[in-house]
Amino acid sequence: MSNTKPRVVVAMSGGVDSSVAAALMVEQGYDVVGMMMRLWSEETVSGGAHNRCCTPDQMSDARRIADQLKIPFYVLDTKSVFRKTVVQYFIDAHREGITPNPCLECNRHIRFDFLQQNALALDADYLATGHYARIHQGDGGKFLLKKGLDDAKDQSYVLSVMGQEQLAHAMFPVGEYTKPEVRALAQKFGLPTASKHDSQDLCFLGDGDYRRFLRENAPEMMAAGPIVRSDGAVIGEHQGLANYTIGQRKGLGVFAPEPMYVIALNPAANALVVGTAEELGSRTLTARRVNWIAGEAPGDRFEAEVKIRYKARPAKASICAYDDQRMQVTFESPLRDITPGQGAVVYDGDVCLGGGIIEKPAL
Amino acid sequence: MASANATQSVYLDYAATTPTDPRVVEAMLPYFTEIYGNAHSGHRPGRRAEQAVEDARETVARILNCKPSEIVFTSGGTESVNLAIRGVTLSEKGDSAKHIVSSAIEHSAVLKTLEQMASTNGIEYTLLPVSQEAVVDPETLIPALQPNTALVSVMAANNEVGTIQPISALAAQAKARGVLMHTDAVQAAGQLPLDVQALGVDMLSLSAHKFYGPKGVGALYVRDGIRLTPSQTGGSHEEGQRAGTVNTPGVVGLAKALQLAYDEFDERTAHYRSLRDQLIDEVLRLVPNARLTGHSEQRLPGHASFLLDGLDGNTLIMHLDMKGLAASSASACKTGNPEPSSVLLAMGVPYETAFGSLRLTIGKDTTETDIEYSVSVLAQIVEKLYRLRQNYR
Repeated sequence: MSNTKPRVVVAMSGGVDSSVAAALMVEQGYDVVGMMMRLWSEETVSGGAHNRCCTPDQMSDARRIADQLKIPFYVLDTKSVFRKTVVQYFIDAHREGITPNPCLECNRHIRFDFLQQNALALDADYLATGHYARIHQGDGGKFLLKKGLDDAKDQSYVLSVMGQEQLAHAMFPVGEYTKPEVRALAQKFGLPTASKHDSQDLCFLGDGDYRRFLRENAPEMMAAGPIVRSDGAVIGEHQGLANYTIGQRKGLGVFAPEPMYVIALNPAANALVVGTAEELGSRTLTARRVNWIAGEAPGDRFEAEVKIRYKARPAKASICAYDDQRMQVTFESPLRDITPGQGAVVYDGDVCLGGGIIEKPAL
Repeated sequence: MASANATQSVYLDYAATTPTDPRVVEAMLPYFTEIYGNAHSGHRPGRRAEQAVEDARETVARILNCKPSEIVFTSGGTESVNLAIRGVTLSEKGDSAKHIVSSAIEHSAVLKTLEQMASTNGIEYTLLPVSQEAVVDPETLIPALQPNTALVSVMAANNEVGTIQPISALAAQAKARGVLMHTDAVQAAGQLPLDVQALGVDMLSLSAHKFYGPKGVGALYVRDGIRLTPSQTGGSHEEGQRAGTVNTPGVVGLAKALQLAYDEFDERTAHYRSLRDQLIDEVLRLVPNARLTGHSEQRLPGHASFLLDGLDGNTLIMHLDMKGLAASSASACKTGNPEPSSVLLAMGVPYETAFGSLRLTIGKDTTETDIEYSVSVLAQIVEKLYRLRQNYR
């Protein structure tokens, strides 16, 4: 082969971050290929809806940018694997009475498995995405996942599912920049600067209405049932468990001497468990399907910071790592919105150590 | 542009389009700047253009073995097909609903036209089935004809699987029942003889860019005595059958390209056939799971098509492109939303398998080395994709 430049497949969305990522890769002399995933979306009564992460407009934008950068561009049919993993997980999680984070599953199964494997099959050395995160090689050659330089945009939380193998073949070119710097780069490269295509939560719902989607796909989670206190006393009726999330106070429609919060969802009894602010908070959580980015936990028991939602502040905690891909997290002070189904992601300063999915506490 | 890593660049998608022959470009050039008149104008510049257009019409007529007045120039194959089908079926007076017979494997220019006419004009149509080799059996035509059948339209050769249809037999059946016969010869032009008398057809559609002519120009043969209702209205160009200023450089290019294709017919088709046979032999020998689709003998000389069970054409085309090989698949789609090939479905291929079509079509400049490179790349990629696929089933 006359040309030995490493090949990079850039996951393009038509938006500013992935476009700048592609332009940076071209500028740095890589052999760049643009790729967009065609994700699953519901067939609605009015015909095929578009997944909001890959509408025809976004595709033609991405294609135009690839043409401008003089790189090949392809759309990868990802519908069936996306339906089988991310969408099914979303439905199953709601059935279990937990609040899923589909973006974590998308990165686990779609971006850093299916797409990355397809990129490598195309003889690429790397898959690059427009995520705000950084990959550094630490002592001993291990790859470290670090927060993006722009703290406000950091996306390491949703990348905590990655392992050494995935990081070895991944690049996050915009992670070394702040969002304003990325916009300036877009201007410099002559790319569209507007952030019109930020990724969409629940991108597979054409109308964004997850309640309607669950009514159709998990109807039992949209059935009315009792609202109970933790001692079992029935104090009202709920409109379907999937309408509620841990910590929610508004819209419960219960009369009680003090403010009531959702503290648990019990699908077995179709019961919504509510309690006082004191009952809501917890100092501990357990998580399953824990992924340690280094391949193993830093220790059986260690101090770190933990984020319990994408936008949550990291909270100091001590962590017990177990062998069965589980961990127990004990926070310095109680947190009010520990939500089963969301990720508990562990940090040592800027370095993301890994994370797992928050389990439901035993009732 | 091809990837920087592509070691070679091979184009095997001549059924999609061909480059314009430099001799054709040369013939066209004066008609952009020097001889720019409107062929419809009564002055000297107009007459010079008119002469070129009429010369072109004579050339096309000679090759098709018809009268020049029987040739209508259009903007391409799709317009020719639309004009033929709509022109004989839709009357300006809006008389009683008519019936059309076609086949299940027609190009969408035919099928979508029939669908639309059925929903908006009350036209009825019957699609003849095809065999596993994509052949329409002329015996199926007679029972499909109805008292109000106005037209039979069957393609001369299929674009996806290359099967040549028994047009003269179908046309004879239609003629015996007094029904008009149109053939979409877009894919056949340059590869099969186009003698309309021998074929026995009343109308025949062509598109220049399939035989080394320019894009955006086509022709329709319409037998004397058939009056087409125009599809687009306007001036009285083309005997009132096709309004719009004639594309002088385009029709000059079409005629020149057609003339070259039939002047060089024997050499070209012998070349196509030898490379096609080499390609088919090697693919069947070296590419895991590859099956030939279409008819093994009754197929276009430059056309090879395969089915790769379980793979999807979209991914295959992407990988081949990265290796510099331009191929096509009925399921390849720029938006990543592949559909099964309707032609393969009509041939009885199961739904799940019908995503794996691959078409490799040969041109006059294709070499043996191109074929060897293509087969080795294809074998390598197909093996890799079967491995990758195992992980996501």
